[in-house]
Amino acid sequence: MKRIVVVGGSLAGLRSLEALRKEGHDGELILVGKEPHPPYDRPPLSKQVLRGEWTADKTRLRFDASALGVELSLGVSATELDPRAQTLALSNGRRLSYDGLVIATGADARPVPATLPGGALNGVFTLRTLDDALALQAALSTRPAVCVIGAGFIGLEVASSCRALGLPCTVVEPLAVPLETKIGTPMAQLVAAMHRDAGVVLYTGVGVAGLEGAGSVERVRLTDGTVVQAQLVVVGIGVTPNVAWLAGSGVAIGNGVECDATCASSVPNIVAAGDIARWPNGFVGERMRVEHWTHAVEQAAHAARRLLQGPSFSEPFAPVPYFWSDQHGVKIQFAGHTRGGSAGADADEVRVVEGSVAERKLVALYGRKDRVVGVLALGKPARLVHYRKRIADGMAWSEIEHAV
Amino acid sequence: MKIVVDFDLCQSHALCTQAAPEVFEVRDDGFLYILQETPPENLRGKVQKAVSECPTGAIQIEG
Repeated sequence: MKRIVVVGGSLAGLRSLEALRKEGHDGELILVGKEPHPPYDRPPLSKQVLRGEWTADKTRLRFDASALGVELSLGVSATELDPRAQTLALSNGRRLSYDGLVIATGADARPVPATLPGGALNGVFTLRTLDDALALQAALSTRPAVCVIGAGFIGLEVASSCRALGLPCTVVEPLAVPLETKIGTPMAQLVAAMHRDAGVVLYTGVGVAGLEGAGSVERVRLTDGTVVQAQLVVVGIGVTPNVAWLAGSGVAIGNGVECDATCASSVPNIVAAGDIARWPNGFVGERMRVEHWTHAVEQAAHAARRLLQGPSFSEPFAPVPYFWSDQHGVKIQFAGHTRGGSAGADADEVRVVEGSVAERKLVALYGRKDRVVGVLALGKPARLVHYRKRIADGMAWSEIEHAV
Repeated sequence: MKIVVDFDLCQSHALCTQAAPEVFEVRDDGFLYILQETPPENLRGKVQKAVSECPTGAIQIEG
């Protein structure tokens, strides 16, 4: 291929570029990224940046564009794709031709719902980008009482950072137990307990009726009538994949870019990687999008190989998904998958095999039918890695007795 | 090849121990130990994998 264009200047995009060079692409490489900043890493945003420990500079991803021979086009977004002509239009008016294309446009924070009363008040934030994080960090320095709406990973990490700053923090979550769809109910209950112990006021199984205040938010009213005093609200209700620019292009889109098992899109010479790619993960046995750091790294490498080798490359991308979160000084790591606990559960059983709930240092395994399909570690990183490998190799539930 | 780890950045994710177990070990105390600071050249591929998978970018190769 003469020219490969990568659209998306975050982790998946950068790692695609590196992988393309490593796999032998010696033609042109162009990176198109909509944010003006040099590429940065997102995990520190909700942690070190919010707590004021890191400046923006420290979040920069290690990436040497000139050494890799990459032409950077930052602060520019792709607006339209024409796969027949193999061109894309950019927001700066330029039209780029390509021989190969990597779509890594990721996802944006789901905005405050327009239907939410008071949603347009001042003092309401989302957190996805570096600019979001810097704005939120500045607002936190005025020492408000904080209400976090949505107890996903971002919401819970924001709550953790707020408590580290000594700010009063309330979290509101419609699920009965935060994260239960991610790590199963028993372990999710443990995480909820960690938050309560750290002084987070946690309201679960309840929604938000509206935000109230004069110009700026002062209160959050819940659907059960509870009123939470807060001068700052963080809305963490997930993300939406950035596929709008692909509409009408012929690239199959839905909840992301719809790919096959090799990360190829429905159109020749176009692959996708990172938060935006939805593909059938043979390990899990379903089509999925994964919004985690390690996933972006692994999928970028795979998609790059698929792009360079073409349709003859048939190796499926079937990783054991891995993510981590840092909350109240505890590293929570999870590998595999589970729907454990709730109705229609995928995981049949969750068993603590090392450590204990009491010491909050443990390894728990998740079983589905006769297989171990997931592992969660609190404060035991080496063991997480051990079990992730065993799960990838195929670990039977009956092996657990001999696992430790 | 020399392994350089920024221990201020390292958060003991331990993914490096899977990529290159000959070089990296995270022990029960939660800390990373480098087993070989100048590993043999035949481990370069594994070490590069560890570098690329480190979530905090704490590992670098010199030489």
